[in-house]
Order: sequence, then C-alpha cells, then structure tokens
Amino acid sequence: MAADNPIDPIHQFEISKIAPIQIGGVDISFTNSSLFMVFAISAVFLLFTLGLSKKSIIPNRMQMLSEMSYNFIANMLRDQVGDQGRAYFPFIFSLFLFIFFCNFIGLIPYTFTVTSHLIVTFAFAALIFLAVTIIGFVKNGLGYLRIFYPSGIPVYLAPLIVPIEIISYLSKPISLSVRLCANMLAGHSILKIFAGFTVMLGFLGFAPLVFLVVLYALETLIAALQAYIFTILTCIYLNDALHPDH
Amino acid sequence: MEVEAAKLIGAGLATIGVAGSGAGIGTVFGAYVSGIFRNPSAAPQAFGQVLLGFALVEAIALFALVIAFLILFG
Repeated sequence: MAADNPIDPIHQFEISKIAPIQIGGVDISFTNSSLFMVFAISAVFLLFTLGLSKKSIIPNRMQMLSEMSYNFIANMLRDQVGDQGRAYFPFIFSLFLFIFFCNFIGLIPYTFTVTSHLIVTFAFAALIFLAVTIIGFVKNGLGYLRIFYPSGIPVYLAPLIVPIEIISYLSKPISLSVRLCANMLAGHSILKIFAGFTVMLGFLGFAPLVFLVVLYALETLIAALQAYIFTILTCIYLNDALHPDH
Repeated sequence: MEVEAAKLIGAGLATIGVAGSGAGIGTVFGAYVSGIFRNPSAAPQAFGQVLLGFALVEAIALFALVIAFLILFG
C-alpha cells in the first residue's frame, strides 16, 4: 500500500548503512542514525566550546545561550529533586541537550531524526528506569518498596492499590520512550503528508502550504517541549527514588 | 473480509482514541484560562505545569496513532 505511493511518509525513518562493520557476527555498522547522533553531539560540543571560549562578564550571545540552558536545567533539577539531585546534574543536562539537538536537527529537511526510533528512546528510558530503581534501593534499602503503598491508604484497599502501583511503576519506561518516539514519528509523518498534498494539488497547493508553515512552528515547539518533558519526568522519577515517602 | 480492508478499518477505528486526548487538552487549557483569570499573577508559574499536562495528554493521542501506524504498516 505504501509502496505504490510515490510520496511515502515513512521513508524518511529508514536506516541505511554508511559504513558496514561486522564484529563477531554482531552488526555494529555506522548508520545514518549514528551519523546524526554524531551531529547532535558536535552541536552540543560547538555550543559550549564557542560559548565558553572567552568567559566575559558581559556575555555575548553564544555564552548567553549556553549559560541559559545550564541555568534552565539546574533550576528544574533544584525545583523537582532538591539539593540531593545535584549529583545527577551532569547526566540530566547531557540527556536534555542530546534529545533537544536530536529533535531539532531532525526538523531540517532531508535529515534523519534519531529520536524517532523507539529503540533509541527506549534505551534511554530503560537506562533511566534501571538507574532510578537501583538508586532507590541503594538510598532507602527495602524501604523503597513503600512507593507501591502510598501513605494514607486504608489497609483493605491495599490489594487493589498495590498491583496498580506496581503496574504503573513498570510502565514508566514504556510510556517515557513511546511518548518521545511517537511525537517525533507522528510529527514528521504529518509534515511529510502535508508536503505531499502541496505537491499533488498543484496550483491549489498553497492551502496546505500555509498549514504546513503553521504545523512546522508547532513541530518546533513540540521538539523543544518533548526534550523538556523527557527531562522533567526523569527528574520526577529521580525524586521518587530519593524521597519515596512524599 | 479481505485482510487489507480489515487493516484500513482497524486503523481508522484505532484513531478514535484521539477523541479522549482532544477532551483532555481542552480540559488542560480550559482550566489554565479560568485559573489565570482568577489569579493573573500566577500565570507564568502555571504555564510550565500546563505544558507538562499538555504533553502528557498529547502523548495518549500519539499512542493511538502509533497503534494505527502499526496496523497500517506493521
């Protein structure tokens, strides 16, 4: 069905190998996905080396940008987790910047969106889930199991509440990863579909073109927002692990 | 019924779930608007929460959309 359509919205998510590498039967080829991860990391690197190369008291624009992004995440972490969260700041900050730049580079036409693949986002989410669970048990011991039984719940409700809490805890990595992936996948597909309408309608194509411009603005917002959401939810989970009793 | 036709109908049915998200986004922004008219000075603080709520609700619609895509292309 998709194959006989010349405008295929899914084609942009295809992974192609740039440099095939096989080690011991394991395929670790350098793909376009890896390439755009490298681009995202270089963008972060450039932002901070250029921004902080000359540290002036009156900052120029690049320095402003890097300091603002630092303050933004630092404030978020302090609001959500408190002072104990400071140890996790480097991880949270690099997570935010990587997802942010992956989302934004993906918005440029003819590029590849790394975060539109479930495996990439699920790898992040699974890592966060494992880390948060381990941190929870290390900091609180077996008392961490209290998060499955919120305080103030009558005992006779426990058989109902505890399984629900366990399921909701286990579904955290799934919802976290599918949210980011689905947003990117759906957004980029819709952009491509409307671009297809513009081509197909010929002269009348200006109508979907106007809509496309608006949609592109929305997608830019979504790209920033989803990076923010992913990071703030990580902070919230971290807070649950560090302070399970409230 | 042919499998292809059933797939198309199934994908169409899967997108019904988006309706719930529409109601949810309406609730989020409706509550925000009524909130900022009661207390306009709290608007900047509330907006961060609104964006969080918006993204959480919107994700539910996208889960439905992913199911539709899976049925269509999976």
